[in-house]
Amino acid sequence: MMRNMQSGTYAQPQEKTVKLSTVISAFIILAVYAAVFVAEQTLPSTSILFTVLKKGATYALVAVSMNLLNGFTGLFSLGQAGFMLIGAYAYGILTIPVEQRANVYQYYNGGIVQFALPVVPALIIAGLVAAAFAFLIGLPVLRLKSDYLAIATLGFAEIIRTIFQWDKLGVLTNGSNLLREYPTFSDFNIRGADGEVTLYLSTLVPFIIAGVCIALIVLLLRSSYGRAFMAIRDDEIAAEAMGINLAKHKQIAFCTSSFFAGIGGAMLAMYQNTVQAKAFTSAMTYEILLIVVIGGIGSVTGSCIGSFLFVACSEWWLRFLDQKQMIGNFEVPLLRNGFRLVVFSIIIMIVVLFFRQGIMGTKELPDLFKPKKGGGKKAAKRSVKEKAEAAKEAVKADNPDAAEAIEEAAQDAAQAMTDGIANVCDAVQAAAQEAAEQAPTTLQEKAEAVKEELKAELAGDIPAAAEADAEEGGEA
Amino acid sequence: MFKTVLPYLLTGIAVGGQYALIAIGYTMVYGILRLINFAHGDVFMVSGILMVYITASGLPLYISLPLVLLLTAAIGFFIERVAYKPLRTAPRMSIMISAIGVSYTLQNLVLYITGGLNQFYPKIPFISDSVSVFGVNTKMVTLITPVLTIVLVIALVLLINKTKIGMAMRAVSKDFETSQLMGIKINNVISVTFIIGSFLAGVGSVLYFTNYNTVIQTSGAMPGLKAFVAAVFGGIGSIPGAVIGAFIIGICENLIKGLDIILFKAGITTTSYGLATFSDAFTFALLIIILIVKPTGLFGEKITDKV
Repeated sequence: MMRNMQSGTYAQPQEKTVKLSTVISAFIILAVYAAVFVAEQTLPSTSILFTVLKKGATYALVAVSMNLLNGFTGLFSLGQAGFMLIGAYAYGILTIPVEQRANVYQYYNGGIVQFALPVVPALIIAGLVAAAFAFLIGLPVLRLKSDYLAIATLGFAEIIRTIFQWDKLGVLTNGSNLLREYPTFSDFNIRGADGEVTLYLSTLVPFIIAGVCIALIVLLLRSSYGRAFMAIRDDEIAAEAMGINLAKHKQIAFCTSSFFAGIGGAMLAMYQNTVQAKAFTSAMTYEILLIVVIGGIGSVTGSCIGSFLFVACSEWWLRFLDQKQMIGNFEVPLLRNGFRLVVFSIIIMIVVLFFRQGIMGTKELPDLFKPKKGGGKKAAKRSVKEKAEAAKEAVKADNPDAAEAIEEAAQDAAQAMTDGIANVCDAVQAAAQEAAEQAPTTLQEKAEAVKEELKAELAGDIPAAAEADAEEGGEA
Repeated sequence: MFKTVLPYLLTGIAVGGQYALIAIGYTMVYGILRLINFAHGDVFMVSGILMVYITASGLPLYISLPLVLLLTAAIGFFIERVAYKPLRTAPRMSIMISAIGVSYTLQNLVLYITGGLNQFYPKIPFISDSVSVFGVNTKMVTLITPVLTIVLVIALVLLINKTKIGMAMRAVSKDFETSQLMGIKINNVISVTFIIGSFLAGVGSVLYFTNYNTVIQTSGAMPGLKAFVAAVFGGIGSIPGAVIGAFIIGICENLIKGLDIILFKAGITTTSYGLATFSDAFTFALLIIILIVKPTGLFGEKITDKV
């Protein structure tokens, strides 16, 4: 816990100089955006890479919003799917073009809503609606302990799902039928006069939306609100004692997380081209939770990386496990439909059991590029040795002869120890003598006094006394 | 009027008993480990699948039934050893995530093995016979379930109150570390808890799937969640509470399924309001109300917060 507070991107005071690590991370992020843009213009648009990128960006936003709640505020909530559902439906309902409404709402006479908003206001309203629901839900639920909070939010997500499927609300939500025909990502491609696409933007747009939202979340986390959240995570009672209003901050965290989950849900709707309430089950929440765990609870970068890895593995890289593979004439057993998910689940269990910190732990992107401050045993040994050498140098610089005398006296005393106690007195006396002779004359009396002292101290710790005496005689 | 309500009431009592058997597993594990075992509902589902496959392989019922129960208990034991034991010293969130991971894994395993198709539960000769109660046709299992549940619960309560291992379980649920200091072998106690819980879930699955004949990989999620709500409702850590909570939830849920018809036949409403879709939502609404009004449940004990 103390480690978290003293290191990491969030705990440091605002510094005016721009660090190298921040510059490198900013450069990397810009490079990623540029790469996505270039890739979209050059590779065929049906490539599965773009599916992975779009879905990955969506899940990244939702994972970061869940991390804000679970990892940074310590509120274990399993209701993300419910807020995604609200956001998705709000976006869909508000943006279906008016001429399509009769077609989509065919069982409900065109539905109640008869206007259409442009995309960006609709996204923001989707988030606000989700946040409003979160505010209402949070009032009773946020004071529960972590286990009960999880189950209560899970329950609310299921209730929301049931309500959105209710027939009587069908004039608004289309009941258990799909919502479709609203603007999707492919509508952002710029088309020429002949209808052919001239500039592909369908993958860059989700990246931009997710990027802006994640940047806002990071800003929130670096502010005093973010520090209050982390204090609540670490110890609620101590945080309250320090004057943090628990209810208010928990509501802020809950509503902010739901706002961005709502926008994430709207993005998911845009990605899937259709929305249906029954797809937003608790299984979706578990997927997001697993992404957060894989990336590292408490790391925004980790959630982003984890989400791309998760989507890539489940949609793309592990696909080969679902088909029959032949090595020569030998058919590899076990490989058929569904094996991919089994392997995937086992990988997740391994991560949860053995790599609890996830990929990034609590570190962020700039932390990867900070110069190492010399950790580890070797460095420690080296530094001690260096310090000893430096001390020796200092002494030598001040009084070269004295240094030598000290060393010799110490060696003599050690020798005396090995020779036997009987000779110690003489050896010690001799050492003291030598040191006194080397020292300036004015200190002769001091050396004499020390000799007397030593005789009196012979019953006590002899080697230590010898060294101390030699040092005193040498120090001028 | 009575005849309209009766079928729903009977189904409710039956399903309540089945939820009770699952809820006992949840409440015992929570009492000892303070862990919500999200995987328990899926163990219940796996037990059903095992019965399908073992019966399909031709073994007679008097071998396959005990074998299924034995295997279910073994699965519970195995899950605890592999997924929960290494995380005993980890923060609470890790072990809950591990439970979610196990649930995910079990569902995907069953999806892979069955190919996603509905599996049909074998007909068990005596309990799936039709029987007539006050003029309403139901299956025998509806009558057997409450009786069997009460018998098993009494046996369990006797075990907990009168035997040495039961005393150990009570001690561990009161104070985990001190009972270790007193010489109780914690690993044994936890294993016994999981074995008993999974065994009861296995019995519950035999009764449940005799009623609802299809088994698919998602059949365990809802009953598991509802059984957990029942456990919380009755007071988590209290076995009689879990049983009573489960019966209440089972009865109310089924009454809501028939609410449209009941209200219509009673002359209160004239059209259908589609209220049957809310039968699941009711359970969760009940959960939230109980968590707000009385978080420790009907029979739970007040837990004080030490600063």
